[in-house]
Amino acid sequence: MENILSVKGIKKSFGGVHALKGVDLTIKKGETHCLAGENGCGKSTIIKVISGFYKPDAGTIEVNGIVHPHMTPSDAIKAGIQVIYQDFSLFPNLSVMENLAFNQVLANNEKFVNKKKFRTIAEEAIQKINFDVDLDARVEQLPVADKQLIAISRALVHDAKFIIMDEPTTALTSKEVNRLFDIIAELKSKGITILFVSHKLDEVFEISDSITVLRSGENVISCPASEMTEDKFTYYMTGRHFENESSTLPKEISKEVILEAQNLSAKGFEDVSFQLHKGEILGVTGQLGSGRTELSLSLFGLNRPVSGKIIMEGQEVNLNSVQEAQKLKIALVPEDRLTEGLFIPQSITDNITVTRLNSLSNMGVLNKGRLMNEASTWVEKLEIATQNPTNAAGTLSGGNQQKVVLAKWLSDNPKILILNGPTVGVDIGAKYDIHKLLKQLAMQGMSIIVVSDDTAEVVSLCDRAIVMQGGKMTGALEKEDLNTVNLNKATV
Amino acid sequence: MTKVRKLHIDDKVEKLIFIFVVLFAVMALTKGNQILKPTVFQTIARQVSEIGLMALGCSICMISGGIDLSGAYIANLAGISAALVMQKTSGNIFAGMLCGILIGAICGAFNGVLVAHLRIPAMLATLGSYQIFQGIAIVISDGKTVQGNKILAKFAMGKVLGIPIPFIIFAVVALGAIFLMGKTSFGRRVYFVGTNEKCSIFSGIRTKQVLLFTYTISGVLCGIAGNLSLARINSAKADFGSSYIMQCILISVLGGINPNGGFGAVPGVIIAAFILQMLSSYLNTFPDISNYYRDLIWGLALILVLIANYYSDKRKMRK
Repeated sequence: MENILSVKGIKKSFGGVHALKGVDLTIKKGETHCLAGENGCGKSTIIKVISGFYKPDAGTIEVNGIVHPHMTPSDAIKAGIQVIYQDFSLFPNLSVMENLAFNQVLANNEKFVNKKKFRTIAEEAIQKINFDVDLDARVEQLPVADKQLIAISRALVHDAKFIIMDEPTTALTSKEVNRLFDIIAELKSKGITILFVSHKLDEVFEISDSITVLRSGENVISCPASEMTEDKFTYYMTGRHFENESSTLPKEISKEVILEAQNLSAKGFEDVSFQLHKGEILGVTGQLGSGRTELSLSLFGLNRPVSGKIIMEGQEVNLNSVQEAQKLKIALVPEDRLTEGLFIPQSITDNITVTRLNSLSNMGVLNKGRLMNEASTWVEKLEIATQNPTNAAGTLSGGNQQKVVLAKWLSDNPKILILNGPTVGVDIGAKYDIHKLLKQLAMQGMSIIVVSDDTAEVVSLCDRAIVMQGGKMTGALEKEDLNTVNLNKATV
Repeated sequence: MTKVRKLHIDDKVEKLIFIFVVLFAVMALTKGNQILKPTVFQTIARQVSEIGLMALGCSICMISGGIDLSGAYIANLAGISAALVMQKTSGNIFAGMLCGILIGAICGAFNGVLVAHLRIPAMLATLGSYQIFQGIAIVISDGKTVQGNKILAKFAMGKVLGIPIPFIIFAVVALGAIFLMGKTSFGRRVYFVGTNEKCSIFSGIRTKQVLLFTYTISGVLCGIAGNLSLARINSAKADFGSSYIMQCILISVLGGINPNGGFGAVPGVIIAAFILQMLSSYLNTFPDISNYYRDLIWGLALILVLIANYYSDKRKMRK
């Protein structure tokens, strides 16, 4: 089979940082190829080189046997290469139809808007993947999964021969992932080549014909998917061996109930009841829109309950503000690290000590020495990889940023720690570290609620789990029943 | 990418001191005979006190992610109220000044409620409120100039070791502002709220309270400025000092306050106030440059500073 793409010896540096140190990538026509690697390994950079966005410092790009010495974005599009970025690059305020047809119309340099033509282009595009959507809906009102399908349809409008998908499953529920995989299979049957960028093991095995793994800007391995095993894959990505996570000793859960929700209802969910024991890790799982996030906000004083009770340590409590939650020693690591969890441009020290401004100051006057000490203690404890805690939080990788959010609340010594999507956008190494840390904390008596739609995470991390669906609690799984099969059954 | 980007709070201040020294040298070399006089310095010191206080208020609001465009009118209203109280109480200076500061606080708190609780964008809220403050000032003064108080004016002309008393007041308040913003937990919270309000809420900061205080403090600073202005000119008028609004923004931005909030050090603002006031006095020494050019010059200066900041931030990001 001939190669649709062959890049050799690609080098690219930014400032003094070598993002790519001579990467080779060969993709056969019609195959589904997976490009894997941890955050910061150069996956995104190589995609941008292929799409002509970055000019490589060295190396050659060959598309369909033609060498492109100076690949530009328009060369890439002409060669049939389309990239679907994580943010999909859609116009949120325009309709589906406009999004689908816009580029085509622009490319033809048409000066007037012809709605009928727009509709024809858009209809053809969505039919290609049997995607059923209201063409007049505004894109921002659609769920993430639909946005992604719009981006895929748009790629097809451009007569794509080779579609690159950058971490397409990050924001999808398991059901939506399955739908995406069906569509990928469909595209493949039409002879379209796909480069699928991911670091999720199960997906990579399910979908790809061959796999290329990058680590720190270098090739580690390229092989057919059939020759890869999970252990090897993890090792190639991280360069580390991990002991099996679920092999931790089963522990005795204390009978002491620290938090109880009784028929709790608020915006986004209703009639939820559960008990959280001391030293326990309780999973709350469900799809996007199941009310899981709203529940976590209610327990943190950010979503006022309309009925029902929250009882903490035997006493009914009112949680109407974060201050009240903080006083009760309840902490929340929020869903969106970038907008809710961190002050991205402020220093790591500031980010960690923001919860301690009162306790580390004297009559309102800050004690800078104590603030710095507190921050460096946590940087050390959680092994946050930074040269200097005065650097901005934005200089850290996703995993280390998440550790900063954890540190900021652990510093306040919470009794109950709620984490919403604790390892979203975090590489395997940091994920492992965070899971280990949470288990340790639970062992020491902290009660933890993990809100997650990552079934593997819930199974390996939690002692018990409750399942939510459409704003209602639809099930509870004890440790002995807590496995991937049961969870998937319960959440679909 | 793990790039090293340190937070140099002080390198902007260093740059400003450098500009200050250069400007001073240019002035001394070109117009030394007119500039290097104690009376000129004393005039600069008096004027910088008023504009400096208002600029401090504007800067603190900018750090919190907003802006206060109503400062000059809060000062006018405060000055007029103070003068009227002094007249009504047959010359009770303290009652008058206290009233001026109180009016400043009330006006500031009003802005704070608009911004923090009613979620009106600060730019619009303070643009609207300045009309209200000006309107009230016109009504209570019948649109006329209100006479000040002779004893107060005399007091304001006083000097300690050659330093005008208003300037000493400014210096004390400015040191207080530096301390508040740089060394207290309240100050840090203002920076946090200005960086990311949502994240501040998730971090347990009472953002509404912080914003309300921020605008109230700005109002108090403007109230003090109103008192100083009343003392210096010995009168107050509803439309006095409208060009100060523009200059306050210019001083804040030149002083290194990030107009998007969350960054900037207060000492820089104070140096910037000096630079601007000196420049203004320097321009006075050129009879050819009439006052008609002032607005043009300040406007150009503001845009130039913004452009310069854009490029220096961009360079820093690349490093």
